[in-house]
Amino acid sequence: MPEPSPQKDAPVILETRAITKIFGGLTAVSNFDLSVHAGEISSLIGPNGAGKTTVFNAVTGIYRPEEGRILFNGADITGNAPHRIVARGIARTFQNIRLFAAMTCLENVMAGRHCRTSAGLWASLFQTAGQKKEEARAVEIAEERIRQVGLWKARNDLAKNIAYGSRRMLEIARALATDPTLLVLDEPSSGLNPRETEDLMDFLKDLIHREKVTILLIEHDMNMVMGISDWVTVMDGGQKIAEGTPTEIYSNPRVIEAYLGAADDEEN
Amino acid sequence: MENKAPSRFTTIFRSGRHSLPVILGIFILYPFFAGDYYIDIAFFFGIYALLGLSLNLVLGEVGLFDLGHAGFYAIGAYTTAILNTQFGIPVLLLLPVSALAAALFAFIVCSPIIHLRGDYLCIVTIGMGEIIRLALINNPFDLTGGPNGVFGIDFPGFGTLFVIDSSIKFYFFIWLVVGLTAAGLLRLQKSRIGRAWNYIREDETAAGAAGINVRSHKLLSFVLGAAIAGAAGNIYAVKLMGVSPESFTFWESCLMFCIVLIGGMGSVPGVLIGAAFVSLFPEIFRPFAMYRMLVFGTVMILMMMFRPGGAWPRKRGESAFSPLPGKARQSDA
Amino acid sequence: MEVFIEQIINGLTIGSFYALIALGYSMVYGILKLINFAHGDFFTLGSYLGYTVLVFGSAFLTSHFGLWGGIMAAAAVAAISVALVGIMVERLAYRPIYPTGRLPAVVSALGASIFLQNAIMVVWGPRYQAYPAALIPNIHLHWGGIHVTLLQLVILILSLVLMGVLYYVIQKTLFGAAIRATALDKDTAALMGINFNKVIFFIFTLGPALGAITGVMVGMYYRQISFTMGWNYGLKAFTATILGGIGNLPGAMFGGLILGLLEMFGGAYISAAWKDVFVFLILILVLIFRPTGLFGEKTAEKV
Repeated sequence: MPEPSPQKDAPVILETRAITKIFGGLTAVSNFDLSVHAGEISSLIGPNGAGKTTVFNAVTGIYRPEEGRILFNGADITGNAPHRIVARGIARTFQNIRLFAAMTCLENVMAGRHCRTSAGLWASLFQTAGQKKEEARAVEIAEERIRQVGLWKARNDLAKNIAYGSRRMLEIARALATDPTLLVLDEPSSGLNPRETEDLMDFLKDLIHREKVTILLIEHDMNMVMGISDWVTVMDGGQKIAEGTPTEIYSNPRVIEAYLGAADDEEN
Repeated sequence: MENKAPSRFTTIFRSGRHSLPVILGIFILYPFFAGDYYIDIAFFFGIYALLGLSLNLVLGEVGLFDLGHAGFYAIGAYTTAILNTQFGIPVLLLLPVSALAAALFAFIVCSPIIHLRGDYLCIVTIGMGEIIRLALINNPFDLTGGPNGVFGIDFPGFGTLFVIDSSIKFYFFIWLVVGLTAAGLLRLQKSRIGRAWNYIREDETAAGAAGINVRSHKLLSFVLGAAIAGAAGNIYAVKLMGVSPESFTFWESCLMFCIVLIGGMGSVPGVLIGAAFVSLFPEIFRPFAMYRMLVFGTVMILMMMFRPGGAWPRKRGESAFSPLPGKARQSDA
Repeated sequence: MEVFIEQIINGLTIGSFYALIALGYSMVYGILKLINFAHGDFFTLGSYLGYTVLVFGSAFLTSHFGLWGGIMAAAAVAAISVALVGIMVERLAYRPIYPTGRLPAVVSALGASIFLQNAIMVVWGPRYQAYPAALIPNIHLHWGGIHVTLLQLVILILSLVLMGVLYYVIQKTLFGAAIRATALDKDTAALMGINFNKVIFFIFTLGPALGAITGVMVGMYYRQISFTMGWNYGLKAFTATILGGIGNLPGAMFGGLILGLLEMFGGAYISAAWKDVFVFLILILVLIFRPTGLFGEKTAEKV
């Protein structure tokens, strides 16, 4: 088990304070507090249906919580539109990979540069010098990101034609292209084989060291959670039931019960 | 929609270097060899091309299901008709004014409904189109002339120096406008705005999550599309020297829809082909009288069966980006 | 007051027409997400076939079955023939196109509609036709000051019966559950053993048949028919479908009835010329405040 290195002296960049999200009659998330410190890899785990993706959706602006606040670098982002939140520096990937299937890999990654460029209608129609420079720079950065995730050879292939594992990395490249401060990954290892998962773990650890980015992820793969997380938060039934370093969580009886309890229900 | 291997037909055209001057040549020489009737057909081909390009922005690029586009066309046409016949404002000046009127209308009316999901947006656009048409027929404030419309519109001109008043002049006028519009749209395709539109079309949620302001881009496409349709309305009104509500029915919106789909969504050359089909087909098959529409309907079905991507589908890839100024592309490392 | 009730009856009558046509739209739309533009033409075709039966078979029918018998025979012939046409259209114009996507399917549906409309024109001619007055019962009833025709009552009752039967089949029977399941999730329904082809057969025979019967009723009610009338009714019916909520069959029925009432009241209290504008405005307002229709859609998207 690697050394836990909680960046607890680092500032809190993301904080959810007592957020609650209700859908019709169902309370998906209830009174949920989460703190993520700068530079750490923080994992959110829990059985299926615990509300993890709902928390992500609230943080990234897809849902507005009924109660509570979400703060990013001290600013209140509760209920902000998704594109605003991306501009502030939070980028995400989706559980069931949402790429622009009929467009090339490079075009997909270029989408991430949209919020960092500003050419308007006029500039685009008349291809002003400024616009051309901005486009060239955006293509450069997108190409860097595509190279970074190892998809350079596939850059002109249509996204729907590349392998599953590559599609995951492409989504991450698109998120990275927005120059995020916080990267929010929803089950990034889902569907990957053990080798690909190892590569992903190395990639994320490397990312934290090379760039000033923080990672928050939802994961089911315990190897990955234990292997790279600095901090783990556990959810069940919409509520936080435990949090701590990976070692602490691993042996936490409530956590074990939540997962095994869920397994028991499935068997019945 | 699969990017199928191009047929021999499109391969010939895509080897564009030589074919483009040839096509341009034919275009320029055509009206000098054809009679007025045939030049007029080519004029209406141009009008449909412009309308197709305008709907292409909304439907082809962004994927919004707009079946009421004839409404913007009508607003442009009637703005020209009313302002010219009531206030004598020169028609050429009214070209941008009509475009602006349609754009403004689109902005006001689409803002509250732009968030609606595809199918619901569809019925709302149909409703809008119908409301406009019915309002025009009902002649509110005695402005629109009711079912008979408004007549007596002047010809466009630069004072008395150069007046567009013959078939051949109208032909060049419309195709000049089409050319400029197509060039502008091709530019936009390669820009961040055009890409944003396509991302929204592919997956709205992912686009938002990647940082794109989905709402404002959707609205922009409607506003621009309306502006182009409004301009088309102006030119149409001026050519016919009058307007009446029957040119702006739901059926016209459907025709525009077909132009975009049959030609290829998001594809500028495709839209031109679609417009050719819609405007030239009924002419070519005129000898068949009643049966030509049966054939028209059948051809539409067959087109979708065998080439659902359109006659000239949009090509993706390297051509999607503006070329880097003066810099060689990075080589494979 | 009496006038008010008469107007409600008028509104419900028109509304029933829209509702019955909307059911056909809604069934196809709910399952295939296809706007079946040809559906309005099934309605028109039924109307014309009914006309032909009545005009050419009048002597035979009235002597053997009486007035009402003649009408029922016309409706039956129309229903069965149009059901067959419906299946043919599905096989030829839609089935090959489903896999390629929704938008090509719309174009194909438009093509089918153009074809049918013009085929009707070729066969019956471009002018209006009129249902023979002699063959339509013209009995008026007075009921405490309210004046309705027997025809109106029959139409209303027949429509309500048809809607009731369809409602029962869709909501209460196993096959109906299969249809609803397919509307929610085509692929899973097929995996669960639901025979997709049977469902398609059902919606493409019953829908057009209902449309055809409605066509005959409209022919009797208004007497004048034209080959373009499907367009207008189709549009109103599609509006009703969306108003009720996509894929929601009872919703489509209520949508149609509400639309008919709105049209009637708009015409009576605002202005006949602006009634359609009134109806569309209400539709737009409803959607702004309830984006998934009056009765809501049954699906939600998981992000």
